[in-house]
Parts: sequence; C-alpha cells; structure tokens
Amino acid sequence: MSLKKYIIGFLASIALTLLAYNLVAGEIANGLTLLLLIGGLALAQMVIQLVYFLHLPDEMKPRYKLLSFGFMVVILLIVVVGTLWIMHHLNYNMMEMSPSEKDHYMSSQKDKGF
Amino acid sequence: MKQAAVKFTNYKSSLGFWIYLMTDCLIFASLFATYIVLLPGTAGGPGPKDIFQMPLVLTETLILLTSSFTVGLAMIALSKKNIKQAIWWLAATYILGVAFLTIELFEFGVLVSEGHSWQASAFLSAFFVLVGTHGLHILIGLIWLLVMVIVLLRRGLNSKSSRQLGLFAMYWHFLDLVWIFIFTIVYLMGVAS
Repeated sequence: MSLKKYIIGFLASIALTLLAYNLVAGEIANGLTLLLLIGGLALAQMVIQLVYFLHLPDEMKPRYKLLSFGFMVVILLIVVVGTLWIMHHLNYNMMEMSPSEKDHYMSSQKDKGF
Repeated sequence: MKQAAVKFTNYKSSLGFWIYLMTDCLIFASLFATYIVLLPGTAGGPGPKDIFQMPLVLTETLILLTSSFTVGLAMIALSKKNIKQAIWWLAATYILGVAFLTIELFEFGVLVSEGHSWQASAFLSAFFVLVGTHGLHILIGLIWLLVMVIVLLRRGLNSKSSRQLGLFAMYWHFLDLVWIFIFTIVYLMGVAS
C-alpha cells in the first residue's frame, strides 16, 4: 500500500472515464464498435482498480480472494448471459408466426417497446 | 509472534468481507440482467436517450472516483499512525459521498417530477431499482463512515478500529467499481447511437 499506487490508479481511472465519455459524446465511433470500445474501457478500469485500489495481486498465498473473485465472475456470466439468451429466445418463440414473419415482426417492433 | 497473529485475524476478516462483496456483485449482476432485458419496455414512454443528463452523470462519476482516492489516502495516513490527517481525508470522502448522493437524488427528483417515475414503464422500474440499489449502498457506506470517524475521534486508533477502517475502504472501492459498470452500461450505452 503506497501513495504511488493510489495516484496511478486514480489518474488512470479518470483518463479511462473521460475517454469513454468522449467516445460517446463526440460520436467518434458508432454501433457495435462503440459498445465494444466502451465495454473494453470499463473492463480495463475494473482491472486497474482491482490492482491499484483493492490490491488483489498483493494477497499472500493461498489466494482465496482471487479464487472467490473468479468464482463470482463465472456465476455472474451464467446469470447475465443466460438471462439475455433465454429472454431473447423466449420473445422469439412465443409468437405464432412463420420464421420469416417473426423476423419481420421483431424488427418492426424493436423500436416500439412493449 | 503477536504481530503475526494480528495479521492473520486481519486477513480472515478481510477475506470474509471480500466474500460478502462477491455475493453483493451477484445482486448487481441480476439487476443488470433485469435492466438489459427490460430496456426496450418503455411502454410508449421515454427511453434512455430521452432522460439521461450526461454532464451531470459524468460529474457524479468523477466525484465518486475522487472519493475512492481520498479513502485510499486516509488508509495511507492510518498506516503511518497519522490520525489527524486520516480524519481529514475521511471527512473529504464523506463530503464527496454526500455530493454524489445529492446529485443522484436530484436526478431521480427531476425524473419523477417530469412524470418518469418507476411506475411509468418496465424500463424505468429496472433503472430505478438498479441505480437506487447502488445509491442505497452509498447511503449505508456514509452511515458506516460517520460511525468510524466518531470511533476514531473518541477512542483513537487500535487494532479493532484499524481493521474496521480497512474493511470500510474495501467497501467504498467496491462501490466505485460497481458504479463504473452502471456508468458504462446504463448511461453511456444508453445514450450511444
């Protein structure tokens, strides 16, 4: 735990936050590229804060904190990805239409909201 | 030998608290999943693009980030047994935390007064629950911080209070970490074209 680490973490976090904000505000990229870019910046900032603020790599062996963090990430991915996957297919399969009609209906309904 | 025993007790309690934080992450994970699923459910009302005031949210983000830094500075002061300096940094953290919460409640107040409350649509319900749960964590953190400052002023620094302050710092850094994802997924991705 040193002052230098906190300053590095703080400055890097501010830089990443402002970069993500300006990517969106300045409309430098768009669509999927933009989403992937700002998602990547958020993950980078998470790693920086885990290292410089929460000192995760400094833990002595056995690394139970790292282990429980990894376990949490696995459950988190199952919950989030699983939910999105299921709910998308549920919306798609609950309609009594032919597949081509469904595609047309889904795209026409996309902007309306339910 | 005594030093090693204290170190082990500290590690045990910090590991226990860490595991609690991991389970808290799972609460947020389910709220994020709910939010993303209900995002198109605007029921003819406003979507994310129509209601978010991005400059305000950026200010909120920078305030919380700075408060995460000041709590780190307080921990450094404590490790040097400089209680007076630590209390100043903890006070700075408290003020920044209150500022963050005030801006968030102001944002909620504007939304409700414009008729976009949590009752208006599925999207708004999910938004208020996700962001509100984080805000509730901040509120609990502020109460905890106030208690810790009072303990520090009245009883000074001992092995118990330094351990508890270490846990508080962990909690506060963790809330900053969750906010990065709220900022990115809810706000930035919400207004991104």
